[in-house]
Amino acid sequence: MFRNQYDTDVVTWSPQGRIHQVEYAMEAVKQGSTAVALKSNTHVVLATLNRADSELTSSLQKIFKVDDHLGIAASGLISDGRSLCKFMRSECLNHRYVYESAMPVTRLVREVADNAQVCTQRSWKRPYGVGLLVAGHDKSGPRLFYCCPSGNYYEYLAHAIGGRSQAARTYLERKHEEYPDASLDGLIGHALQALSASLAEGELTATSCNIAYVGRDQDFKELDEASLQPYIQALRDAEGGDGGGGADGAAPMES
Amino acid sequence: MAAPPLQLHTPASIGPASGPGDIKSRPAWSPYDDNGGTCVAVAGSDYCIVAASTRLSTGFSILTRDCSKLFQISEQVYIASAGFQADIRALQKMLQTRNVMYQHIHRKPMSASALAQLLGNNLYYKRFFPYFTWNLCVGLDPEGKGSVYTYDPVGSFERVGYSCQGSGKDLIQPVLDNQLKAASPLVLPSENWMTALPLEQAQDLVRDAFVSAGERDIYTGDCVEILTITTGGVHRETLDLKKD
Repeated sequence: MFRNQYDTDVVTWSPQGRIHQVEYAMEAVKQGSTAVALKSNTHVVLATLNRADSELTSSLQKIFKVDDHLGIAASGLISDGRSLCKFMRSECLNHRYVYESAMPVTRLVREVADNAQVCTQRSWKRPYGVGLLVAGHDKSGPRLFYCCPSGNYYEYLAHAIGGRSQAARTYLERKHEEYPDASLDGLIGHALQALSASLAEGELTATSCNIAYVGRDQDFKELDEASLQPYIQALRDAEGGDGGGGADGAAPMES
Repeated sequence: MAAPPLQLHTPASIGPASGPGDIKSRPAWSPYDDNGGTCVAVAGSDYCIVAASTRLSTGFSILTRDCSKLFQISEQVYIASAGFQADIRALQKMLQTRNVMYQHIHRKPMSASALAQLLGNNLYYKRFFPYFTWNLCVGLDPEGKGSVYTYDPVGSFERVGYSCQGSGKDLIQPVLDNQLKAASPLVLPSENWMTALPLEQAQDLVRDAFVSAGERDIYTGDCVEILTITTGGVHRETLDLKKD
């Protein structure tokens, strides 16, 4: 992006009616590693790509459990994501303490968004540099939201954010009619397919990605490496066979 | 009922009789009530038993015959509380919240010893307006042995091999001492607090203790919930007591 005269701080408008600092913050999300999310009538699945800088290090934790019924995947400045996660956990705990029930997803997402908006209208603050995919399940069923550094939030059936996420979004758009009735395994399969579309090179392995899900009668759960392996295998098998073999779940996967 | 640590001025506690020259006046209202109930816990070499009666009383009346005094914190760690039920519920809510926070930070469930310390600290925070609760914290320690922690209302606690709290405490404690305590503390090393009894015998002892206490203590009765915690899981049984 070219240098602008009006981008020094977040409290300055440009003559075109834009606040560049907020847009730059949204750029930061695009620089993060890919995160994918999609939902069916019963479950919501989150998937993130691990980007370990070298063999000597592990990658950052990008999926966070917020409460039994809610979790997030972050893309961008993960430290900002952790800070927001702390806030969300605190809000959920407070709600549980006062009302003895799970916090509705929409309410929490709005609070996060309001929090983010404050950071776009104070001269001594900066916008959050992280995009959050919020996956939750409450009385209204499974919900999926995207919280933006700008302070906006959007509800999605399926979404992908971060680096090379356009490829994932293209895949998700193509198959979106299959998601509402998909089984959990089918959803996970789609998430992995979308994620592998954003890979620069190589194949997905159980160590290079993370999956988490939540749903009706299912607390937020992150899969460990061992539990992830069968899904990776199914993905390879489906890609191996031309035009999709007998993969898990109701949704057949085409390679 | 065991004497409270401070002059709590509950309706059940009888203060000094007012004489003609007595300038002390008793308050018309007390923030506390005693809802009765008894808890017992026994630690074994590979098990832990915790039991509590289910009667909830006030004064000489029964509020319900079916109130649990056992509260699960994590899979194998429980708190048993007798005393003022409102304070018990407030304490349980607060511990559950702290437990969830712990799991977020440490990414693992709370151990019995961690919870024991948390409970002790939180009770002492309210040193000058105490939770009127008589608590036991039970679980398996990292070696798989049973652990029982016993508390007073303001958080003084220690790990023991067995304990009882609540209205029937004075009736049950001598029985447990007789059956479970080492012959002399000078003979055995002080760390040997684990009871040598096998599981079935310890369970029988707990059942007998409650039945006996139910005979004389009006606040203990109706039913006992008995949980047996082992590495294999938690087994729950109920034992009916006399309803009078």
